[in-house]
Formats: sequence, structure tokens, C-alpha cells
Amino acid sequence: MNEPLHPQLLSIDRLAISYADGDERRRVVDEVSFDIASGEVVALVGESGSGKSTTAQAIIGLLPEGGRIDSGAIRLNGEAISHWSGKRLAALRGSVISLIPQDPGSSLNPVRTIGAQIGEIFRIHGERDRTAIAARTLDLLDRVGLSEPALRVRQYPHELSGGMKQRVLIAIAIALKPQLIIADEPTSALDVTVQRRVLDLIDEVRRDAGTALLLVTHDLGVAADRADRIVVLQGGRVQEVGVAAELLAHPRSAYARQLLADAPSLNARPTNRQPPVAGADSIVVAGLIQDFAVDRRTAIRAVDDISFTVRRGSTHALVGESGSGKTTTARSIVGFQRPTAGRILIEGTEISSLAGAALRQFRSRIQLVYQNPFSSLDPRQRVIDIVTEPLRNLSSLGPTERRAKAAALLERVGLPEALHMRRPRALSGGQRQRVAIARALVLDPEILVLDEAVSALDVTVQGHVLRLLDELQRERGLTYLFVSHDLAVVRQISDTVSVLQNGRVVESGTVADVFERPQSAYARQLIDAIPGRRSSAHVGQP
Amino acid sequence: MQRYVFSRIGQALLVLWLAFTVSFVLLQALPGDAVLIKFLSPELGLSPAQIAEIQAAYGSDTPVILQYFAAIANFVTGNFGYSVHAGVPVSQLLAANLPQTLRLATLGLTLALAIAVALAFLSTLTRFAFLRNALQALPALFISVPTFWLGIMLIQVFSFRLRLIPVINPSELQGLILPTITLAIPISAPLAQILMRNIDAALTQSYVEVARAKGASPAFVLWHHVARNAVLPTLTIAGILLGELLAGAVVTETVFGLNGIGGLTEQAVRSQDTAVLQAIVVLSAVVFVIANLVVDLLYPLFDPRLRTRQEVLA
Amino acid sequence: MTTIEPTLSLNTHQAARPRGHAQFRRIVRRVQPGLLLSIAVIAIVVLWAIAPGVFATQNPVLGVPVDKLQPPSALHLLGTDALGRDLFARIVHGAVHSLTGAFVAVGVGLVVGTALGVIAGSSRGFVEAAIMRLADVLLSIPALLLMLSIIILLGFGTVNAAIAVGATSIASFARLARSEVVRVRRSDYVEAAFGSGGTFAGVLWRHVLPNSLTSVIAFAALQFGSAILAISTLGFLGYGAPPPTPEWGLLIAEGRNYISTAWWLTTAPGIVVVIVVLAANRISQGLGGHGR
Repeated sequence: MNEPLHPQLLSIDRLAISYADGDERRRVVDEVSFDIASGEVVALVGESGSGKSTTAQAIIGLLPEGGRIDSGAIRLNGEAISHWSGKRLAALRGSVISLIPQDPGSSLNPVRTIGAQIGEIFRIHGERDRTAIAARTLDLLDRVGLSEPALRVRQYPHELSGGMKQRVLIAIAIALKPQLIIADEPTSALDVTVQRRVLDLIDEVRRDAGTALLLVTHDLGVAADRADRIVVLQGGRVQEVGVAAELLAHPRSAYARQLLADAPSLNARPTNRQPPVAGADSIVVAGLIQDFAVDRRTAIRAVDDISFTVRRGSTHALVGESGSGKTTTARSIVGFQRPTAGRILIEGTEISSLAGAALRQFRSRIQLVYQNPFSSLDPRQRVIDIVTEPLRNLSSLGPTERRAKAAALLERVGLPEALHMRRPRALSGGQRQRVAIARALVLDPEILVLDEAVSALDVTVQGHVLRLLDELQRERGLTYLFVSHDLAVVRQISDTVSVLQNGRVVESGTVADVFERPQSAYARQLIDAIPGRRSSAHVGQP
Repeated sequence: MQRYVFSRIGQALLVLWLAFTVSFVLLQALPGDAVLIKFLSPELGLSPAQIAEIQAAYGSDTPVILQYFAAIANFVTGNFGYSVHAGVPVSQLLAANLPQTLRLATLGLTLALAIAVALAFLSTLTRFAFLRNALQALPALFISVPTFWLGIMLIQVFSFRLRLIPVINPSELQGLILPTITLAIPISAPLAQILMRNIDAALTQSYVEVARAKGASPAFVLWHHVARNAVLPTLTIAGILLGELLAGAVVTETVFGLNGIGGLTEQAVRSQDTAVLQAIVVLSAVVFVIANLVVDLLYPLFDPRLRTRQEVLA
Repeated sequence: MTTIEPTLSLNTHQAARPRGHAQFRRIVRRVQPGLLLSIAVIAIVVLWAIAPGVFATQNPVLGVPVDKLQPPSALHLLGTDALGRDLFARIVHGAVHSLTGAFVAVGVGLVVGTALGVIAGSSRGFVEAAIMRLADVLLSIPALLLMLSIIILLGFGTVNAAIAVGATSIASFARLARSEVVRVRRSDYVEAAFGSGGTFAGVLWRHVLPNSLTSVIAFAALQFGSAILAISTLGFLGYGAPPPTPEWGLLIAEGRNYISTAWWLTTAPGIVVVIVVLAANRISQGLGGHGR
């Protein structure tokens, strides 16, 4: 329908963008060039700080305050739009270029109805007929697969789930049949199974209308599944551009190769794990039930009769989406809350029988590593003090011995001495997570519980930390309980797995069994939702 | 919903009762016998028998705990006791002075709201960075100015230098202009600051980016998406604001020599007239509690998120 | 994922290396000129309070009647009052009253309020409910009326006025301290500290208190400004220091009688109050911004 007069719909030419940083300007996008043809899907792939979101924001003319295009051009249908006035650009937004935002949770105005927020886009672009707007709104809601459109228009965002909100935002993005949709990490805030359905929907509505899509993502697997061509960004520069299948099969740049190697979704089993040693049971959970009181009369059952065992020296994964009870289970196991019912045996000790000083002493045997390395380290402490503190609490070592032990361990997890006197604020995310791992290991525990411990990290950093964990496990004979929503990572590093849904175990077994021959419908659904499967045929296995 | 309303009203009554108790302890129980202090003064030359008679008349010869219960009963029925200084019922004094203060407070609040809204929205909409910085700096200045000094400066400039407003026998309208400004400016500052902060917070929300991506103009976004989200939380300080308004009236009425609750308060403190002060303290607590109650009960009407939560609870 | 700030990747430590000049400039920029100026203002006022004689040689209490009501001049920087006293000398000598008053007031609020807040935040149940309900009640009475009630109880005077001012901020300090303690207690690093074998007292002392007191301190600086305002208000109303004292609020009250003839008597002390309060508030903002 949009017969291209110009070969390219969108053409980015040597684009450079900087942000104000005090008196100076910091370049975040440098000499970036790529094109998007009509109806084409281009994925912009990169880690945080790669400039991928900034590039997308510049195209739609919505750079945050302080951002500026220094040089280069953005051409839409051959016409340079990068220096258009705000008013001219506004006429373009929504009608020719539209946006699907990252976080559906905060992307809808909480005090206005769904109907008002969809109908608004027609009003902004000149439609005055209220009944026409209402009819088109209902039509759109139906189009994006929301049940009962007539009810939805009167609802408020908080009454909808995350996936439903993202459908509403897709409806807004396609309302005026634009030529280009920019989707900025459209699914990173959603659960895995929902992610896949949303990506499918975007694909479908886009294909029907022949709309081009710029898909901004950190996940090479998602790009592999959905894009015609892939642009790999790093540090604000284009590392590689190519047809998706080709780029994935034969990456030419070193960075693309590394990204590919570290992307868990594209690698079935990169680490050669030994089959679980036939050892004694390290963790035994039997019939665990965990209730939380909402008020005096009602309670929510977060964990409903969960049982599993973990062999000493092996890695067991607890997998599930949000609300599955996986984190609650992990916290009960490390003794942060008392089970409502059921037994938890850690190396033969029943932890619910412990209290006070005995519980305190017991903590040296099992340690937890948190998801968010930004909140799990005291911002006022120095790195070395963070790692020495557990020894102060629970060991008989003197001050110099404590420091020596902590320093040695920090070196071991890859933090050179120069960093030991820093505070967490002056460290990167990966470095902080290494500090957290060192703190957990300094008491020489037998078990480490890793609660989404690598989920907040960039892919390549994640790769480094996973390799470190693997080495540490072999050196120290550690038992890992790995809590994650990310099945790709789980497949990579665990020996056995329990799949959780609504507080119950729906499937468990060895990783090979569960991933190759899932028995339950839910496990199958989760595994199918792992991105990167469609094109994994193209990826050379090591 | 009904349960929510009743529990809110219950909480409000509890705070009121506690506020009454605190004021009773501070002003009646701890100072001992205000009447005694006043009439024991040798200048009056009263005999012990006469003093006892007066004490009995004021009810202050009974034990403190009985006085407390009597005082509660009296307050509930609108009997606030006698002013030792003026010799008339406190309720009569309040009735005489309340209308003047209400008028001043209403005008002051209206002006304060206008100033705050104008500052917050103009600083958001303006294109010029210097103007934005200037407008955003004003509340910090307003908050640092002593109210009484502001009043004196206004009199000095407008009445004595510019001679715009006569000092002697101004018309009723003229007489209200300067006090209203004096009262409004310190009240507008925290309001403007909260509004500015809320607008800034709302502007960083991604629904604003989505609205911009729909092609909406900055003014459209401000009106349709930011305004309500920014103004709603401001309602929660309504109670504190009304209290500050009353306190501001004390100073303003003193500076401008106006009759009102403020002037009455100033006099009551000077003459140690505890009954009057206690009535005013309790009155302001009532205003505070009612304002908060109204906001709590109305808030769900404006914020759909709370509406459903309550329906779920009810 | 959308952060524009490039996160340091694992093996590059370029941010660690001091970058000489650029880093120095960054530090200078971080300490904004407004903040420096504010610190200078407070420093000068503190010096006025410590050694007023160094700054103002004229007698603040005994005037020269012949020189009464003179406008500002080289001899009398800010003019003289009705008794021929040098206004600048009176303002300089008055600093000690405003500052000690404000210190006492903030001290009362900070110590009592924070103690109550920390107790409420680190205990649960009845104690917490009782303390916080009391704070609610104190907040339901306008600050000025509460001050006046306490002054009626204690009597007029500089120290009594300061205590009254401090008492009104107890509830705010308690609320802030409690919410900060609760916020920090919920954080992962506190749980991690318990998880690595910390005792209740140890964790409270090593993690909870240091991390929650930052904003309490910033709030104290903010209260310092409003305490100076409140004390000058009480002085103006005549409930603070008695007349010959050159307390700033009292100076303005005295100047009021000569409003038509001697504008400097009310203008100058007021401007001093405004500048000191602005400076204190600016410093508070700086403290709060760096604490997080």
C-alpha cells in the first residue's frame, strides 16, 4: 500500500548523538548508519550503553532532555527529518512512525481509561467525530486480541495484566496504520510465555499492514527469530550489519561473535557439565507450604506443597514466571522465613528447628546471592569491608587474617586489589555481583542459593559471571540452587530442574529430560517460548 | 466502601480526642491553676474566701481528672469555658472573631493556590531556561521570608513609599489586599514546590513518552496526562495547609492589627488565657482532621486505582 | 536496558583511573557556587555569634541619643535606631541569640524525634503504633499554636521559645526517622547482613543507622532554617528574649514604630534573616543530594 518512491523507507546516515554531561557533551551514538526498507524488520541489538535506545528515540524525535543530534541525517522516504521543528515532527508521530514502549506497566496513564488513551490518537490527528473514534477504538482492541473490547474501553490500566497492557499499546501503535513501528524492548518487562505471544502479535499486525519494524532488543535470540536484518551496536558504534541468518551463522566482527557465544538462548549446552555426582542429598525440601497473611482473616498461599532434593555438588534450578513461588521457596530454604508446613533439610539439619544463636551459626553453611547487585550491597561500605563482615560475625579470625582472606577471595572472583577500597557506587553491575558472590563465599558455605543472580546483567557480563560460578563450583564442590525465569540460562548451567507454576511443581527431572522431553503442557509452553529456536538451525554449534 | 468510611471516621475521632487530651494536658493540667495564679496576685487584694468562691465558679477546685471529663463533655456540647481575660464565654469570642479570619483565610488560600499553580505550570511550559530557573527558585525564596516581616515590608512599600493603600481608614477592600498577600505567599511556596516536583515526576513517566509518540503537543500532554497526576497528591497536604493558614493568620492579623482568631490567639498568649488558647488549638485540630477526612473520602473519586482496591476490600 | 550511561564492562576499568584535570573540574562543578556561598554565609554568622566584637566595634545596647534614627552611612553601616544604637552592631550581636536558639530547637527535635522514630522503626506492634499515633496528633495541631501552647506552659524567654520551636519538629523527625529505618530495614543489604550471621544490634548499628540518618541530617539542616524563622516570629510577637536583647525578630518589632521614617530598621534585619534561612536551606539540599 505504501509503494516506495524511494528505495528505503528510513535511512540513517552517519548519525551522531550526544548528551550534556555538565559542561561537556558525551557522545553516545557515533557514525551510525543503516536503512530500513518498506515492510522490513530490522533488529537493533546491543547491550546497555550501546546507544540502541537513543538511536530509536532520535528517529521518532523524542530524545530526552540534554540529548542532541550532532551530525548526520535521518531520512524518511528520502526527506531529512532530523532537523524538523517540533510541530512538524508531531504530525509525523503516531501517523507515519509509531512507538511500542518498553515497560507496559508505566506506559499507560493510571488515571485515564483505556478507551480514552486509544481514542486520543485519533483526536490528536484531527478526528472530531466521537462515535467514529469509539467504533475504531473497539475495532482496534478486537484486532489486538483483547476479549470483551466494550468492557476494556471503560477499564483503567491497573485492571489489566502486563500482557494486556502491551496489547493496548500495540493497538495505539497501529491505530493510524503507520509506515514504521519502533518497538523498544517491547517484551523485556513481561513473563516468558507472554513475551512470545506479544512478539507474535506484533509480527502478525505488522505483516498484515506491510509495516516496517525497528525492533530494539538486547536479546540476540529475539532478533534471530524476528528480524530480516540485524544491526549490532556496541558503545554507540555499528559493529556489524547483515541479513539475520547470515550474521548469525558467520559473524564477521569480534563483538558479534562474542555476543553470539554468550547469548544463552542461542546455545544449547556450551559448558560441558559433568553429570551429577552420585553424592549425598544436600538440600531436601518436602511438602513445603508457605502462606502470607493479607489481613487477619485471609492469607495467600505462595508456595503450595513443593518437594525436591538436590545432590551435593550439583546445580538444581527452580524455574517459573512471576508469582510461581520460586523466590519464596528460596528464601525459606536460606531460613529468612519459617515454613507454614513441610520440612527443609540442609545437609541433614532441619532448619525450622533452628532459632537464635544456632540459626546464626547455621548461616555460614548456606548463603544467598541476590538478583539486584545495586540494592544488595550497603552503599556506605567499602568493598573489602562488605566481604570481611561475615567473618566478623561468624569466625574466630583476627582482623588481619579476615582482611587477607577477603582480599584473596576478591582476587579469585576477579576483582583486583585496586578496587577493594571502592564503594559499590563506583563499580559496574558485573563487578558488584562479583562482590556479592565473594561475600557469600567468604564463610566457606556448602550451598549457594542464586536468586536470579545474573538476570540484571548484560549478556556478555552474564557470560563471564556464569563461567566464574561454574569454576567456583568445581573448585569448592559447591551445591547451587539456581532460581531463574530464564530457561535458556537454566539449560546452560544446571543439572536438574523443577518447573514451578502457581506455587506448585509441575515438572522436575534432569535438564536433558525436561528440555528434550517435557511431560507437562506448561513446561512445553515455557520451553517453546525461549527465543532463538526458530533460527537455531543456522547457528553453528561448537 | 461503608467499612472504609466508618474506619476513616473512627480514626479521625481518635486523633481529635487525642489532640484534645494533649491540649488539655499542656494548657490545663500542667500549668496548674490559671485562675489561682491570676487572682492570687496581691494587687487584687482578694481574701482566701473570695478566691475559693471564684475557683468554685470556674470549676477549678475539682481534681484534674474530673475537670478533664467535664471539659470533654463541655467541648462536645460547644461550651468552651470562660475567658479569664475578657470575662465572657470563649464561644462568644470565637463567634465574634471567626468571620473575619475565615474571610482572610479564604482569600489567602485562593491567592496561594493561584500563585502555586501559575508558578508550577509556567515553569514547565516556558521555553526559556532562564525564566524556568527563575520561576523554580521563587518558592525557595518565599519559604525563607518571615511572614511578619513580609507584611511590614508590604506596608512600607505600598502604604508609605508608593502611597497606593492608605494607612488610616482604608476601605474594607483596601484593608484586605496586603494581609491577603502576606498570608498567601508563604503558603504558596510549599504548594508550588510539591506541584513542581509532581509535574517533574509525571513528565519522566513513560506514558508521557507514549503520548508524545502519538503526536501530542507539549501543552496537550501537560493538560491531559500530567495535570491530574500531579495535582492529586497535592490534595493530601490540604489538612496541613489549612493549619498553616490559621497559624499564618495569627501573625498577619497581629501585623495589620486586624480583629480575628489570630489576634485573639496573640492576646490569649500574652494574658495567659489558657481556655481561649485551648479552644483555638482544638478548633484547628478539628479543621485539620475534617480536611484530611474529606480528602481521604474524596480521593478515590479522582484516582481509579484506589477505587477498585476499596471495592475489593469492602 | 535503555540507560544511556555506558555501564563499565568487566575488564575495562577506565573509570578507575584518575583523569587529572577533567576529574578536578568535575569535583569543582559538583560543589556548586550557590552551595559555597551558603556555607560562607553560615560561617560568617557563626563567627558573628562567637566573636561579635571583631565585626562590630560599636556598643549594641548603649546608644548615643544624639545620633538617633540616622540613615545608613559610612559611620553607621545600617543606620541607627531611636536610642542612637548602631543597627549593624545590634544585628551582629543578635546572631548569637538566633543561632543558639536554632541549635537548641533543632537539637531538641533531632534527638527526641529521631530517638522516637528509630525506636518505632526497629520495633513492631504496640510501641510503634503508639509513637506514630502520637506523632499524628502533634502534626494535627498547627506548629505555631503548638509553640504558643508550650510557651504558655514554660513562660516567655529565649530558651523556652527555642524548646517550644524544637518540640514542634519532634513529630516530623520521628516520622522521617521511622520511615527511613523501615526503608533501610527492607533493603536487600540488611537482609544479607542478617544472612551472613549479623546480630540485631550489630546490623542496626552498622547498616540501618548510618544509612537512614543521612536524610535525617539533611532534614535537620532544613529545620535549622525554619527554626530561625520561627524564633524570629516568636521574638517579634514578644514571647522570646526580653527587650534590650538585639534578637533579630525583636529588632524588626522595635523598628515597626518608625516604619514611616526609618525604613532601615525593619528592612535590614529582615534581609539578614532571609539570607541566613536561604543559606541553611541550600546546604540542606546539598546534604540530601549527596546522601543518596
